[in-house]
Order: sequence, then structure tokens, then C-alpha cells
Amino acid sequence: MPEIKVTPLGAGQDVGRSCILVSIAGKNVMLDCGMHMGYNDDRRFPDFSYITQSGRLTDFLDCVIISHFHLDHCGALPYFSEMVGYDGPIYMTHPTKAICPILLEDYRKITVDKKGETNFFTSQMIKDCMKKVVAVHLHQTVQVDEELEIKAYYAGHVLGAAMFQIKVGCESVVYTGDYNMTPDRHLGAAWIDKCRPDLLITESTYATTIRDSKRCRERDFLKKVHETVERGGKVLIPVFALGRAQELCILLETFWERMNLKAPIYFSTGLTEKANHYYKLFITWTNQKIRKTFVQRNMFEFKHIKAFDRAFADNPGPMVVFATPGMLHAGQSLQIFRKWAGNEKNMVIMPGYCVQGTVGHKILSGQRKLEMEGRQILEVKMQVEYMSFSAHADAKGIMQLIRQAEPRNVLLVHGEAKKMEFLKQKIEQEFHVNCYMPANGETTTIFTNPSIPVDISLGLLKRETAIGLSPDVKKPKLMHGTLIMKDNSFRLISPEQALKELGLAEHQLRFTCRVHIQDPRKEHETVLRVYNHLKGILKDYSVQHLPDGSITVESILIQATAHSEDQGTKVLLVSWTYQDEELGSYLTSLLKKGLPQSTS
Amino acid sequence: FFQYCLSGHPTLPCNVLKFKSTTIMLDCGLDMTSTLNFLPLPLVQSPRLSKLPGWVLKDGSTFLDKELKECSGHVFVDSVPEFCLPETELLDLSTVDVILISNYHCMMALPYITEYTGFTGTVYATEPTVQIGRLLMEELVNSIERVPKAQSASMWKNKEVQRLLPAPLKDAVEVSMWRKCYTMPEVNAALSKIQLVGYSQKIELFGAVQVTPLSSGYALGSSNWIIQSHYEKVSYVSGSSLLTTHPQPMDQASLKNSDVLILTGLTQIPTANPDGMVGEFCSNLAMTVRNGGNVLVPCYPSGVIYDLLECLYQYIDSAGLSNVPFYFISPVANSSLEFSQIFAEWLCHNKQTKVYLPEPPFPHAELIQTNKLKHYPSIHGDFSNDFKQPCVVFTGHPSLRFGDVVHFMELWGKSSLNTVIFTEPDFSYLDALAPYQPLAMKCVYCPIDTRLNFIQVSKLLKEVQPLHVVCPEQYTQPPPTQSHRTDLMIDCQPPPMSYRRAEVLTLPYKRRYEKIEIMPELADSLVPLEIKPGISLATVSAVLHTKDNKHVLQLPPKPPQPPTSKKRKRVSDDVPECKPLKPLLSGSIPVDQFVQTLEKHGFSDVKVEDTAKGHIVLLQEAETLIQIEEDSTHIICDNDEPLRVKLRDLVLKFLQKF
Repeated sequence: MPEIKVTPLGAGQDVGRSCILVSIAGKNVMLDCGMHMGYNDDRRFPDFSYITQSGRLTDFLDCVIISHFHLDHCGALPYFSEMVGYDGPIYMTHPTKAICPILLEDYRKITVDKKGETNFFTSQMIKDCMKKVVAVHLHQTVQVDEELEIKAYYAGHVLGAAMFQIKVGCESVVYTGDYNMTPDRHLGAAWIDKCRPDLLITESTYATTIRDSKRCRERDFLKKVHETVERGGKVLIPVFALGRAQELCILLETFWERMNLKAPIYFSTGLTEKANHYYKLFITWTNQKIRKTFVQRNMFEFKHIKAFDRAFADNPGPMVVFATPGMLHAGQSLQIFRKWAGNEKNMVIMPGYCVQGTVGHKILSGQRKLEMEGRQILEVKMQVEYMSFSAHADAKGIMQLIRQAEPRNVLLVHGEAKKMEFLKQKIEQEFHVNCYMPANGETTTIFTNPSIPVDISLGLLKRETAIGLSPDVKKPKLMHGTLIMKDNSFRLISPEQALKELGLAEHQLRFTCRVHIQDPRKEHETVLRVYNHLKGILKDYSVQHLPDGSITVESILIQATAHSEDQGTKVLLVSWTYQDEELGSYLTSLLKKGLPQSTS
Repeated sequence: FFQYCLSGHPTLPCNVLKFKSTTIMLDCGLDMTSTLNFLPLPLVQSPRLSKLPGWVLKDGSTFLDKELKECSGHVFVDSVPEFCLPETELLDLSTVDVILISNYHCMMALPYITEYTGFTGTVYATEPTVQIGRLLMEELVNSIERVPKAQSASMWKNKEVQRLLPAPLKDAVEVSMWRKCYTMPEVNAALSKIQLVGYSQKIELFGAVQVTPLSSGYALGSSNWIIQSHYEKVSYVSGSSLLTTHPQPMDQASLKNSDVLILTGLTQIPTANPDGMVGEFCSNLAMTVRNGGNVLVPCYPSGVIYDLLECLYQYIDSAGLSNVPFYFISPVANSSLEFSQIFAEWLCHNKQTKVYLPEPPFPHAELIQTNKLKHYPSIHGDFSNDFKQPCVVFTGHPSLRFGDVVHFMELWGKSSLNTVIFTEPDFSYLDALAPYQPLAMKCVYCPIDTRLNFIQVSKLLKEVQPLHVVCPEQYTQPPPTQSHRTDLMIDCQPPPMSYRRAEVLTLPYKRRYEKIEIMPELADSLVPLEIKPGISLATVSAVLHTKDNKHVLQLPPKPPQPPTSKKRKRVSDDVPECKPLKPLLSGSIPVDQFVQTLEKHGFSDVKVEDTAKGHIVLLQEAETLIQIEEDSTHIICDNDEPLRVKLRDLVLKFLQKF
């Protein structure tokens, strides 16, 4: 039986290092190629030796698909393609293709230049890797080869994020990447049609969360920022350069405007300014409202938000700073955090998920004494707030997507095992489909049961549909045809045509039975009696009395002759072909019982 | 399979295809050449145009002098300009299921179709097509509504009257189909029926037909369309270009293996080379400005103007034009310039790469930033303050009948220092200029039409090899003015089928097969038999389900449980209900083996007689005979049903079932 195999190399019962292998109808596809922010050793990249021990990855993989530009989905890509070695196609959307190399370069700089690691991918490798990327449009059907096709759907989450359908024949898998089912201030909601995949591989970051309304969270966020600024404190908002940052900027920008606030808002480093440019140029990927009004007012041109300089961190007075990266694991956000952590007037707002092992995760789980590099202990006195602004679908959203796509099986990735377990039960209960949650390196096999597409001759189909149109529609009509299988092509044609095509003659099998009937009357009178008898019983059939004295019931012929010896006995010859076997056999047994006593 | 041809204009097509059970409209072009018969609509009171004499018939009757005016030796209709609609009577347009749009120039008649014919279907177009199409419509509506005209002339359209008029009015065709411009609410209603699609997106129509837009290389978001079922493929090629300008290159490979290729929207100026024209455009522009004159470029607000601005961007510094202001005047100028920058995915590779940096794909962003290019919604307002001469003005409409261009024609026409440069190929420049004659200003004709020329067409057809080509009749003969140029027509084998307005074509192909799905349970139950090396067959008896034009074969339901005891007694009397079809038989029966089989089954008195065509096998005691011939077997048996059935099954063993 055909099967689909799925093995997560990363993001199996975990968040980070997304990398999922899918085998479908003989094709091997790798979904995402991410890094893990919680590790600095070998574990930060997926173990690609799993794919093949010997031989080249290019020979084994038909294509690689990157869902969006976050590093936990594409951070290992240059390592994978340039250092391990892969030359096949890599698919991503245009915005992802534009932004991904910038984030990779940023990541490389932090790792190599700041942390001093060697044996890491180089700038040139990022460039060479990006040359292998093929950009795809939304909803475009991309033919990877003759059989394998992929199609991208809008996923929300971040600019250019996409869900991908992978299809071979009538078997298909949908991989969601990260997605968001509610529109936010800058992006639209994820959407997919009722494509009924055999398998839906969905993220489950917020598997157990049902988030309150976005408006409430926004109000809460603004209130906290406002209060802190009012009392002269500084607000640090660690973000990733692209995504949540733009949403929160739009939020603060409009709030500052409305409240006429004066405290400065800064945005760290040039990367973000550049990021805003991407949003302007790829505005067709943002939400409808922004798209509609961009000619009059481009939402990504901020009046109140200025570029940050390192020296500003020591300025007295209130300020709000957006700084990268978002999990406080390195870079500028961590530097500022260390400067401001000691003052209880200040506040850090974590607007997104933090991976285990990061400073962000530690302070969110309540740790207030942090061991920094060089055994230094950093005491955190500033207020720590967590606000889930990261644009992942919550439990309700995940269920909604399943309802939209109507998959036959669901597989959870990109979440924590405990939460997945809960969601898995919920999905199985509500949709009565199997739900899987393999750990990394564990293979899930799903059996598919595809129907077989066949060419049917139009003549046969028309004949059958014409019968189907008869008034008696309740009775299922059997259709009869001959399936010819030749070099992998399947054709269903009428038996007559099949004989003709194969150059064979029909062999006619005919039966004739003699039935003796006691009837002293003249032959033609006997015939008339038989005719009336049959006509009375076989109401649904065409019974005819022909001028030559014979009777037909459909294609069955009945003729009467006198018995050579006995004048009182007539002989009925009933003759039919094999195709009318049931009716012919029925008629002989009917006639054998004799004719009813005539009433006249 | 029919094609209804609703437009006679080869570059503004409107065809309806009946394909399988769907009715598909291909493009919705609006022929605007009709406006050339009307007087220009001046934005500012024009003493010249307001004092024109009414036209008087030869016999002195003056009943038309309100409607027709004499101007520059020609007669024009003094009324709101009107456009020639596609044919609406050839078929009931409310039966159209979908409309496929190929580019923004070919959708201008959309509001007339979607709002006035009872159309209830869906329109498919790419995002740039819709956005820019909206801008073109907005500009059109705006420039006509800005100049309210009290009267609308209709008397001259009377056939008896039209006959008496001078050319070209006398020869104007389809005047009964001329209509006033639509309104913005109608535009919005029409555009709300559009569903956005991307290149290579497969769109299912009612399960019967799949349509797919492909990049056509002519304009932002311009597409050709594939209309196909599992067995037929129609390619609709409309407005395509193989030149490298700003749009994504044309997708040619996907047009291969078409049964029918409908070819429209070729270049209107087959003898002009676009690159040469751009060069001429630049040099004429520079010469005029250097001599202290102004340059007027009548144009559409999107399309070639982007390429012209890009050429000028590279050209102005070297030509010493850095200080000359460039003005782009249109109610949608700003939107057009902004929209051009956000369609990265629809642009050629070079421009896409710029967006990845991230930089705006078109250099006109820089021209605006450095104040070299300024854009205004109209000549009123800010423009009148900023206006400096000499300058270059890009503005519409290219017909010179409405829009801000009318003002500049009136303003600059009298000086020989100025130049008007025609770049848009849709209107004859001499006809466009007619109401402005006599003119002192220079007129330069540099039509830039990047669409396919006949050399490219013949190369394309060789490449994609369609079985049949269908095209407007204009493409099957040389242009009327250059009848010796037999190279300016489509040359292919078999010769193209041509169409003209209001014609119905029967497209030449015949379907033989349809797709059907065999459910896995049924597939498992089939018993394939190898009949010849490499060919297997299986007889299929199954239930056919058809829903949404998709056919599925399922296992027949299990025979119903025998009825309960009450009815049981009468079972044998029941007429057989559903007639199960028996397969056809094939093969022949080897008599010797058959006799052996009979003997094995206990028939001891078998006797074989030869006949002319075969044999007769006699079972003497049972008074039964079996005639066996090459292609038939006849069992003649008396009153013994079990015997007959036994013999039947023995015979069947030797035969193949179909």
C-alpha cells in the first residue's frame, strides 16, 4: 500500500531547528533547514547524516522548501548546502528570498565575529547558497519535476511566510511552517483551500493556549509602556528585526501620535531600517488595510521612531528601545538589558516565545539572578513582562486550519511534547483523524489509499450517463467496461471497442430451448396467448409480437411450431444470447409452467 | 467547442469560448478609436473650440448643426465621447461563467459586461492587472466627468442620416454599439467581481476545465491563458512580448502541445523597431528642449511610460537635460508610480534583484527624489504654480480627445519650437491631430509597441507547434496600406482559421477520452489478464458516480439480503430485477479439447459431425446439440435447465470475457 513517511530532524516535540523529511510516492522533500537558538554546539544544526550515510544529498533529496525567513527555519541552510553539500533546488517565496540572506549574514557575524567561532559558514557560502534558491509566487503550481509539484499558500506570521502543499499524483502533504490565523496590524491571516491532503504537518507552538483578543493585549502593552515612560523608566523590547518589530512599531507610532507623547522611541541598528524598506517594497504581502492605503500613507514610514545609537543607552530620562535579537541570547538587546537590568524603574517586555537556554527564557521563568560570561552575576531588578505577540496560531487557530484543509492525518511539530499531547487528543476527538507527534529522528508512516485515475472513452461514458438519466435513479446502475493496461496507461473502454482494438472477434454464445405447451388451438392463437401472458407479467420489458408470428422479449426470440406427432402440443423455441442469460433462463422456466387457463 | 467573436479589434479582443460545459470570455477590450470622431473636451474654455460652425448638409438643411461641428476641415461630433462596445447580441452574456483578463489594456469594457448583461460569474486577473486596470479606468472616468457636456448626440447615428455624412463619419461602423463612459461606482462594482490569480496557478472551473495564467512579458502582470481539460488544451495568447522591458519574461514552454492556439494582440506597428523608436524619442526630445521648446508626450499612465522614464534617467545627464523639469500629469500619476514599485514578483530578473537589496525596482523613484520628475493630478492646483518652461510633459489621453493633453495641445500648438511625440500605438496620430490643425508645433511619430511581430510569431509557432491556430482576420493578410508585404501576416501550416466581429467559429478538435477515478476497493477487486505481451485487461463492472463533473467508479453494492420468509415463497416468480450485464466473449473453442472435457464430465455418448463452417457436437441421449463455429457457439437443448447451465459453464471455460 502506498505510504508517506515523515521524519523530523528538528522541531520534533521541540521548538527550534525546524527540519522535517518527507517521503511521498518515491520523492524526498526536506521542509525547512533551521538552527536551534538554545544550543551553541553541534546540536544547533539538524543531523544531516541521517538523510544519507553515503552518497550526496543532492541524489537523495528532490527539493528543499523553506517556509519563512526566521533562523529556526533557515539558519542551517548555508551549512547544509555549502558545507555538507546540496545542489538541488531550494524553494521559498520572494520576500523570504530577499530577507533570508540578510538574517543569515547577521547570524554569521554574531557567531564568528563576536563569539569568535571558526568552522562556520562564510559570507560567500551564503551567497552561493542563495543562488540555488528558486522564488515562488503564492498559489503558483511549481513543477519540481514531472511528478512532484508544490504550491505556496499565505501563512501570515512574518512577511513572506508560506505554507506549502507537496503533491505527487493524488497524494499530498501540507506543511504549515509557522502561521497565524488572525490578521494583525501589518499582516493578513493564513488561508488554505479545502485541499484535503493525506497529511497536514502543522506547528503547535501555542497548542494549549487560547489567546484573548488581540485588542486587549495591545491595550495592555501600550498601558505598560506608557506607565513606565511616565515614571521616567526605560523600556526595552527585544525583537527580531523583521516581523513583530514592525507590528509593534505601527502600534507605538499611532499611540504616540494620538497621545502626543514626547519620549523617544529607538530602533536598534541599520538592519531594521532596511527591514522597513522590505515591507514597503513587498507591501502586497501585508494586510489589506495597509495595501489599500499605501499610496496615501505608507505605514512603514515612521515619524516617531528613530535609529538607535549605542551611546543613547546611557542617556538619562525615559525612552523605548526596540533591539535585536528577540530572545536576549546575544547582540544589542542583551547589551542594553545588562545596562538597564539593575533599575526597578525600567521594564523589559518580551513580545515572543523564548527558547530554552536563552536569557529571555530564564527571566521569563522567574530567574532573577543570572550568571553571565566570566562568572559575573547579574541581578535583574527591572520589571519583566511577557506578552505573546508572536504570530503563531493558538489552539483555536490550529483547529480552524484543520477544518479548512480537511486533512486525513495530522502531524504536530514545532511545539513542546506535553502541550502537543493535549492538542493531539483534541484533534483526534474532534476530527476523527489520526494525529502523530514524532520526536526528532523518529519516523512516522502513514498509509494512503489513492484511487487510480483512468482514461474512459467518451462513448462509454456517454452511454452510461445516458442510462443514468433514466427516471429510475434510485437503482444503482452498473457500468460495464474493459480496462486495458498497456505501458502504465490505463484506459477504460466498451467491451466492443476493446475487442476491436485488440483485433479480436466476438464469440457469440447462443442458447435455444424447446418448451412444450399443451394447447390444442391453432399455432397463431397459441402465440397470441403466450404474448398476452408475457406482456402481463413482464411489465418493465419490451414484449413485441412480430408480423412473422414470433415474439420478442428484449432481444430474446420465441417461435412456436406444431409438435410433429401430437397436434395438442405446441413447441416453443426460446432463443437467447449469453448476454441475456438471466432473462432467457427466466423465460424458459416461466413458460414451462404452462399458460394460465384462458378466461374467454 | 465554439468561439464567439465579439470584437473585431485585433489588439482589444473579446472572445467567448464554449469549452466542455463552461462558457469562458477571453478579454474584454474596449475599442476607443471611436472617440476620434468627437471634438476634444477642453479643460479650460477654448475660444476656438467653442465657436465652431455647425455642419450644414449639401441641401442646406441644418437639423444636425447642434450635433456636428466643422473643425479644421473635418466634421466632428460635438458630444460626450463614446466607445465601441463588444458585440452583446451574439450570445446571451448572462451565461458567461468566467472572464479571463490578459492585461490591463484588455479589460476596459469590463463594467459594460459585468453590470449590464446579467453576468453573475467570476473574473480572473492578476493583481497588477487589476490595480493598473483600475487606474486606467479611473483616469478615463475622471477626464470625461471633469468636463461636463450638456448634450449627447444621437441623431447623426440614424442610418439614413449617417449615409449623408462626410467620411470618416459616414464609414464609422457599429455606431449603434457606441456608448458613453461608465461611472466610478460601475467600475468598483465590476472590479469587485475579480478574483486575483498568480502565474502558473491552476484554477478549477466546475471540475471540468482548468485555466492557468502564464507570464506574457508585455506589461506588469500581463498573462496568456491555458484553458485545458485532461485531454484538450487551448492556449490563448494575447499581448505578448519577447523584448526585455520591465515585466517578467514570457513563458513560452507552457504553450506547447496545444490543440488550438488563439493568437491576438500582436504589434500594431510591425514595421517599427521599439528600440529604434526609443532612441528617436530621446533625440527628438533633447533637440526640442535644447532649442527652448516644450515636449508633449501623450500617453497612458502606466506601461511604456515606465520604460521611457528609465531611458531618460540614463540619458538626461549625458544629454545635458538635468535642469529640464519632467512633469507627469494624471489623476492617477502618483498611484501609478507608487504601484510600479511594489510588484517585485512580476518584474524581470534585473528589477527583482534590485528589490532584494532592497532598492526600488524603477529608477523613477530617484527622479522623483531629486525633483527631476514631478507628478500632479491635473493642470489645476499646484501644477500652475510649479510650471516652468521649457519642459517635458507626460499626460493623457493618447487620443487627444480628453484629459490634460487637450490643454497642452491648445497651449503649445501654435509654436514651432514645441514638439508633440506620439509613443502610444493605439491611435492614428494624424487622426488624433485632425481637430488641432493647422499646427505649427512639430509632430514626431515614434510608436513603441513591444508586442510580438510576425517574425517572432512564426518563431513562436515553430517552437510550440499548436495543431491549429485561430486569429483575427487582419493577421491573415498583409496590412491594407502595405499589400505587397506578405511577410506581415501569419504564415503557418495548417493555415490559421480567421475570425471577424460577430462570427462564430467551430474549433477543430474532437474529444475521445475523459478522466475517471477507480476507487481503491474496486481496483483491488479487479483481475487483470495478460492478453498479449505487455497488454493486460480486466473487465470492470462498477457503479458510476458523477458529481461536479468528476467521475468515480465504485464497487457495486453487495446484493441485498434475501427477503424475509414471507416473501420468500414467491422469489422464483419474481421477474429478474436489475439486468446484470454479461461480458462479451471472445476466442474459439477447440473441438477436440471440448469433447475431452465433456467426457471427463461424464458424457459418454458424444458424437462430432463436421459441417461447412465447423462442427456439431451431439449428446445423443440428452437430445442436445452444440454447434461450434469459429466465432459462435449455439447450444440447443430441450427441457433440461441444469444440463444447459452445465454445458454453458464448460463452454465459457474456453472463452475470454470482455
